[in-house]
Amino acid sequence: MSAVDRLSAGAVLRLAARMLGRDWRAGEQRVLAVALIVAVASLTTVAFFADRVGRTLTREANQLLGADLVVVSDAPIAESFRSEARRLGLAATEAVRFPSMTQAKGRALLTEVKAVSAGYPLRGKLRIREGAAGPDFEPARIPAPGSVWVDDRLLRRLDVSIGDRVALGEREFTVAAMVSEEPESSAGFLNLGPRLMFNMDDLASTALVQVGSRVSYRMFVAGDMQDVAAFRDYAARTIRPGQRVEDIREARPEINSALTRAERFLGLSALLTVILAGVAVALAARRYLQRHLDACAIMRCLGASQTLILTLHVLQFAIIGLIASAIGCAIGFLCQYLLAALLAPIVSVSLPAPGWLPVLQGLIAGFVLLLGFALPPLIALKKVPTLRVLRRDLGAPDSFGLSAYLLGGAAMSGLILWQAQDPKLGMYVLGGVLGTIVASAVLTLLVLRLLSSFSRGAGLNWRFGLANLRRRTMGTVIQVIALGLGMMALILLTLVRSDLLESWQRSLPPDAPNRFLVNIQPGQVGEIADFFAGRQLQPPALFPMIRGRLVEVNGKPVSSKDYVEDRARRLIDREFNLSWAEKMQPDNVIVAGRWFAASDTGKPLLSVEEGIANTLGLKLGDDLTYDIGGSRLTAKISSLRTVDWDSFRVNFFVIAPPGVLERYPGSFVTSLHLPASQSVVMDEIVKRFPSLLVIDVAAILAQVQRMMDQVVRAIEFVFLFSLAAGLLVLFAAVSSTHDERVFDAAVMRTLGAASAQLRAVQVSEFLLIGALAGLFAAVGATVVGFVLARQVLNVPYSIDAWVWLVGLVAGATGVAIAGLLGTAKVLRTPPMQVFRASA
Amino acid sequence: MTKQVSTGITTLTILQDVSLEIAAGEACAILGASGSGKTTLLALLAGLDVPTAGEVHINGANLFALDEDGRARLRRNQVGFVFQSFQLLPALTALENVMLPLELAGNDGAREKAAAWLARVGLAERLEHYPRQLSGGEQQRVAVARAFAAEPRLLFADEPTGNLDSATGEEIISLMFALNRESRTTLLLVTHDEAIARRCPRQLKLAAGRLTSDERR
Repeated sequence: MSAVDRLSAGAVLRLAARMLGRDWRAGEQRVLAVALIVAVASLTTVAFFADRVGRTLTREANQLLGADLVVVSDAPIAESFRSEARRLGLAATEAVRFPSMTQAKGRALLTEVKAVSAGYPLRGKLRIREGAAGPDFEPARIPAPGSVWVDDRLLRRLDVSIGDRVALGEREFTVAAMVSEEPESSAGFLNLGPRLMFNMDDLASTALVQVGSRVSYRMFVAGDMQDVAAFRDYAARTIRPGQRVEDIREARPEINSALTRAERFLGLSALLTVILAGVAVALAARRYLQRHLDACAIMRCLGASQTLILTLHVLQFAIIGLIASAIGCAIGFLCQYLLAALLAPIVSVSLPAPGWLPVLQGLIAGFVLLLGFALPPLIALKKVPTLRVLRRDLGAPDSFGLSAYLLGGAAMSGLILWQAQDPKLGMYVLGGVLGTIVASAVLTLLVLRLLSSFSRGAGLNWRFGLANLRRRTMGTVIQVIALGLGMMALILLTLVRSDLLESWQRSLPPDAPNRFLVNIQPGQVGEIADFFAGRQLQPPALFPMIRGRLVEVNGKPVSSKDYVEDRARRLIDREFNLSWAEKMQPDNVIVAGRWFAASDTGKPLLSVEEGIANTLGLKLGDDLTYDIGGSRLTAKISSLRTVDWDSFRVNFFVIAPPGVLERYPGSFVTSLHLPASQSVVMDEIVKRFPSLLVIDVAAILAQVQRMMDQVVRAIEFVFLFSLAAGLLVLFAAVSSTHDERVFDAAVMRTLGAASAQLRAVQVSEFLLIGALAGLFAAVGATVVGFVLARQVLNVPYSIDAWVWLVGLVAGATGVAIAGLLGTAKVLRTPPMQVFRASA
Repeated sequence: MTKQVSTGITTLTILQDVSLEIAAGEACAILGASGSGKTTLLALLAGLDVPTAGEVHINGANLFALDEDGRARLRRNQVGFVFQSFQLLPALTALENVMLPLELAGNDGAREKAAAWLARVGLAERLEHYPRQLSGGEQQRVAVARAFAAEPRLLFADEPTGNLDSATGEEIISLMFALNRESRTTLLLVTHDEAIARRCPRQLKLAAGRLTSDERR
């Protein structure tokens, strides 16, 4: 085989392994291997963890729904759905829901009735109480045939107790328990009335379900994420009109928004770790290869062909890559167990088992980083002039410069985009990284040039330090870029951990509304205010609400058939809640057009929520016609708004200025925060205003707050990893010019420089490098942070120029200290030893 | 053979029309002051550098008709080196340094052969020592052992005693000549030391890039 001379493939592999062993023993690859291990370990930990937390968040959220996925149908669930669920190994159960009158003691009450089958609910908790007092508990099974479980509203309104009989259709049942907690109850606003649950086996005997009854058939499924996703695909393909598939994200905009944000926070943290790890690997690979220039020249002298040298090195790197990545994966696997244990107290469902995908991700990432950063210099190594054995001053080939990082940079960009999951997040972070690299390189060159023309008046140490930095321009630029990127990632992570997460949490304060009051009649507005005032409570702000159906857009009739998207069809089919307001809710932001001016009062204008406008294909300036209780209203879209759905405040998709909707019949709605200690107030209000509906969103609220807690903990842990990677970057960056420093110091010592003087020269170099890197990092991090907060995370954040000063000072001192520690040996090594070693 | 290098402003002629022939088994010293072009001549003869004009033939093979890899192969099979600056790999022990050319040639029993050669240069006790743990003289002995281990037909030595004191230098030179006689290697020795040069039957003198004398004794 000519490619590697006379050696057989096996012999080459054995030789590569032997060379690797020798280099390893001599400590040549340790930094590289450690960098790779930390990189892969942090990537896999974060990936493992983000995967598990992501799945936990979704599963927890699904508790509100009672399942991972619900198929809702206006006709009995087809057998094909059941067999598909069985085929995929999913847990499945069914329920039938409809409104009906419940009768007892001569009274009748419109009730939300639900017949359930064994296994209900698949997710979340159902808790009941079997006596008037007594603790509540999770029942082992659904209501026995002949019995019903009801909620406290039904007990109160019908004035019945546990053990009493109630009639439902043609059957009589015993009230066996009171339901204290139930999934689904807060996952949809539709089931507003008092609730009753009974066994599916009793459904036929009530004779309530007839042709034409308003019945909703529900099939609940739960299981492995992939299987649920497969079922969703199947369902989406086969559903007919009148059927739909629901998951928690569709059911609750608050949860959807919180989940998306949680995922982005986790993704961002993982990304920043990738950057740190990549920088460490790049630096370590560079140093390793620089140290091997001589070895390559000697091997060429000894008759090794270029191909053989390349093959031997690539094999060595492949072996290091494989071993280090495997160790990194193992560490990552162990760490995420630790992490899961830390999280256990705040997670209400058990964490799902870790998936294996992160291992693959870690291995691939490790190899991509290693080969991306090591291959171009390796190929350059092939071109080391053999004459270097006679003339040491013949240095590295050109491609040891920035261009050698092109492939590595491309590899890292790919990793960033891959890890980000969200293209927008990935692009912004990548843009920030590239911007920081280019700005650092250009500005460092400029500063070096400027300073050296001003340095003539400076002291000897500074002059020497600057001269050294200029002499090693490429090394200096690479050090500044590496340290700058490393610090940028750390600062950004600190920003995320403190400012951005806090502002997310602030958006949902402890007193966020947890109750909605719906169906307040115009005549009750004053009485409601009196009711609260009489109890020393702040009367909540009431918002008008009018229901109307969208019938025309720009004069053309619309129907659900015009839309492909499921959500759009549903929006067209149901009635919109319209409102009017003079002032915009504080959490709304106008994205197009403008909010109503005082002069707009009475004009037919509308402000539409951006998301719904996109779903329905509405633009600024479109004329919308609504059918409101039989009369028509046409108005023009004068603004588009974004709405912060996780604020739990009352918000409307469509708002008109005052003086437009007042003449139509409507009601009022409000949200308020009621501490748990005051929940009795709601019982009183329901008794006092029987037509009023109280919706308890405390469960959703608690869910979102729990998600925030989990994300905060997770990011704290990721931060530790990033810190380790950051220190590694610092070490690798400082040691990247170690060999030159040792030689320079030896020469200076020989010429009579004192240790203190050498140290001062080194400090001046590191101070300058650190200050530049720190400043660039702080500026880069705040700019990226600002863009991410605005564009991706949707949380408020304002740039704090203090961070820049802190970055500059912390960068300078941190790098100077690390530099001195890292190069202490430079000062201790006797000059002769240096010269002999480099002779 | 001529070698010129461009400094960007002027062109320097380092070697000017040097022509010579060395017979197999001959021991030949190249003498000259610093900057006379000795090392450049050696580099060209060994194919480590490329001339501006001229050719080098080793055993009938035209060095510069071969590509880099071809020259490397030729070196591996026929040429050994001893450098002024030893050029041992710092990450390898003495034994591993000597094993390297054997391993690159796919030689079986590299370890035993290398150990035997180190014993012949008097370093049987220092096999596992790293270059930094060896004195200059010992490092050069390792280099000599490495040069002979591959059993080259041609040995190039560039100021092999340049970094050593005179007593140690004398030891190394004696060792090299002894091994050279035993192995019947063709030896090309670059030096500025007349005393060392006199130990070679043939002496070439270079001055300002030109061959000024070619003496045989």
